[in-house]
Amino acid sequence: MANGVMTQLDPASRAATRGWSDLTIRNMFVIPTIAFLIIFNIFPLLYSLGYSFTDFRASTSAPANFVGLRNYRELLADPFIWKNFTVTAKYVLISVTGQVIVGFGLALLLNRDIPLKGLITTLLMLPMMLSMAVVGLFWKLLYDPSFGIINYALGLGKFEWLADPDVALWAVALTDIWMWSPFVMLLSLAGLSAVPKHLYEAAEIDRAGQIYTFFRITLPLVAPILMIAIIFRTMEAFKTFDLAFILTSQPNAELVSIRLYKMAFLEWQTGKSSAFAYIILIMVVAITNIYVKYLNKVKER
Amino acid sequence: MKSPITGLLAGVALSALGATSALSQDLTIFWAEWDPANFLQELVNEYEVETGVTVTVETTPWGDFQTKAFTEFNARGSAYDMIVGDSQWLGAASEGGHYVDLTDFFNEHNLGEVMAPATVKYYAEYPGNSGKFWAVPAEGDAVGWSYRKDWFEDPAEMSAFNAKYGYDLAAPETWAQLLDIAEFFHRPDEDRYGVAIYTDNSYDAMVMGVENAIFSYGAELGNFETYEVDGYINSDAAVAALEDYKKLYGFTPPGWAKTFFVEDNQAITEGLAAMSMNYFAFFPALLNEATNPHAASTGFFANPAGPSGDQFAALGGQGISVVSYSDQQEESMKFLEWFIRDDVQQRWAELGGYTAHAATLSSAEFRNATPYNEAFYQTMFKVKDFWAVPEFAELLTAANRRLYPYIVGDEGTAKETLDALASDWTKTFRSYGRVD
Repeated sequence: MANGVMTQLDPASRAATRGWSDLTIRNMFVIPTIAFLIIFNIFPLLYSLGYSFTDFRASTSAPANFVGLRNYRELLADPFIWKNFTVTAKYVLISVTGQVIVGFGLALLLNRDIPLKGLITTLLMLPMMLSMAVVGLFWKLLYDPSFGIINYALGLGKFEWLADPDVALWAVALTDIWMWSPFVMLLSLAGLSAVPKHLYEAAEIDRAGQIYTFFRITLPLVAPILMIAIIFRTMEAFKTFDLAFILTSQPNAELVSIRLYKMAFLEWQTGKSSAFAYIILIMVVAITNIYVKYLNKVKER
Repeated sequence: MKSPITGLLAGVALSALGATSALSQDLTIFWAEWDPANFLQELVNEYEVETGVTVTVETTPWGDFQTKAFTEFNARGSAYDMIVGDSQWLGAASEGGHYVDLTDFFNEHNLGEVMAPATVKYYAEYPGNSGKFWAVPAEGDAVGWSYRKDWFEDPAEMSAFNAKYGYDLAAPETWAQLLDIAEFFHRPDEDRYGVAIYTDNSYDAMVMGVENAIFSYGAELGNFETYEVDGYINSDAAVAALEDYKKLYGFTPPGWAKTFFVEDNQAITEGLAAMSMNYFAFFPALLNEATNPHAASTGFFANPAGPSGDQFAALGGQGISVVSYSDQQEESMKFLEWFIRDDVQQRWAELGGYTAHAATLSSAEFRNATPYNEAFYQTMFKVKDFWAVPEFAELLTAANRRLYPYIVGDEGTAKETLDALASDWTKTFRSYGRVD
């Protein structure tokens, strides 16, 4: 009965009285979406693929010349671009690991009956509701060596969070961890609350230790949903722009997206930056694919 | 069914009417968001009183200015009729066809003589010495210095300084003195620091700062006619200049690694530094008691001379250009004719704009109007600028990525840094067919 209602048009409905078939209605919903996707996603994607083989510059009226693979060759041979990728990889690793540890830890703490649990969860989620740019500006003040509250609270004196080339990237990652751990926490909480209680009861009867229970019951059952959180956060961290752009201009913290922005919109090397964007796209797709494969494996278990 | 369509048509007709009426009367000038843009708005309000044509000065933050302007140009958009564009854009904007050629206008009004020579050379002409002009010099600007007169005039400090360095403490006249004074006042334990300089590597800030040293040390960025850079930017004089700029960085307040005009003015208003580098355009805020508690004891000096007596400063400032995609070019030209009138230029200076008008600049009235106008007047005759070729942004990126790690990150030597930069720039010029 329920299925019937979902797929078949109610003969008394307005659509049915107008003589619209299921197919018409389906098309009415699907075609605009597909048209939107083609116009605003697929078309620019293919168009920029074309540009990536030219020396086109949007800032001049000179026609674009076909240069073959020169842009790709130059980019992949540029040691500065490789440095950007290394910096980005380091950033993704620090930031996502931190978020998983903090987020999952918070979820474990919250996954029990405590007073004001709802309020605490809501408060913990506030950081991820702020705008990235606002968080960037706000943490820039917190990190300030002269009047920032972080150095004051930790008694670090004039420690230079953002000006020290070796620390800047960690400082940006720390801000990202602060902002996005709640996201991992939220997904982990959903996963944790879905773990059947009887498994824990059985483990208790068998006198299994806490650590054993965690690694044999909790983690495997939460893993699929945790993987989804990791996929999202990896993709986002890979694309991070605003936070790092506002916080610091250290070359040691120049992520690929910042380099891409400069190449495309400060230097107006449109052709070359299209090629760069494609290299980044391929990398993100590849990394995501590895994760998805792993996710499917985890689910099968 | 009928009525919504009629309504829609009426709406379209109404907005079209509104658009045409707006087109025939309103002019929009695009500039960056800073005090001079507010002064310009005040000035153009007087144009409206005179002619009935409304002129709006639209602004955007500095960091966004180049991107937003060129995005509009690239889309052939007519949102702006005129633009007060940065001097480095001349090449890109003229070769890209974004600016209207103002050569005839320039010659007709003899602007080459009416405006100060340096402003004509750097804000209006492209390519260099070609006799082709693309802008009317509007806001003259260059880098100068502010300092804490009360610290400099403190008798105890003066005698301690004389005992240590063997000469009297006063506003520095050479870079060697600048370094001595910066070192003298650098006392982190007292929360007092020697100097505030530009270190922001996201656009041209840090490069302008380094240029102040390079030009005054007698070095050049390169040969602006042959595009040869090897032997210029990595000459011994340039190496010495960069080494000294790095020394100055050692005397800056903590965390001084992404600083531009805001931070450099803050260094004075917050009582952090003894001396601070900044564009003249930002000095009015330092004389204002409301924004600077030390306003009464803030002094100013021009960029000091280098070891061989050369004295130059990095150029800021902009000229007004007419955008080729504007549908009101004629109206814009009329506005420019008004703008270059002697009395309007005088009014522009009165309102706080840094006029490039030679007669106004050299008048005693202007030179005595503020404590820094004299330094500004002198500086405007010895300014030099960055490359204005269309690929200037790539040259800036290379300069930022080479200079920053040396100055802030302590990587490599000045010689290695500038050799690498010379090779980067040569490579860029080669890819645009400027050198073999």
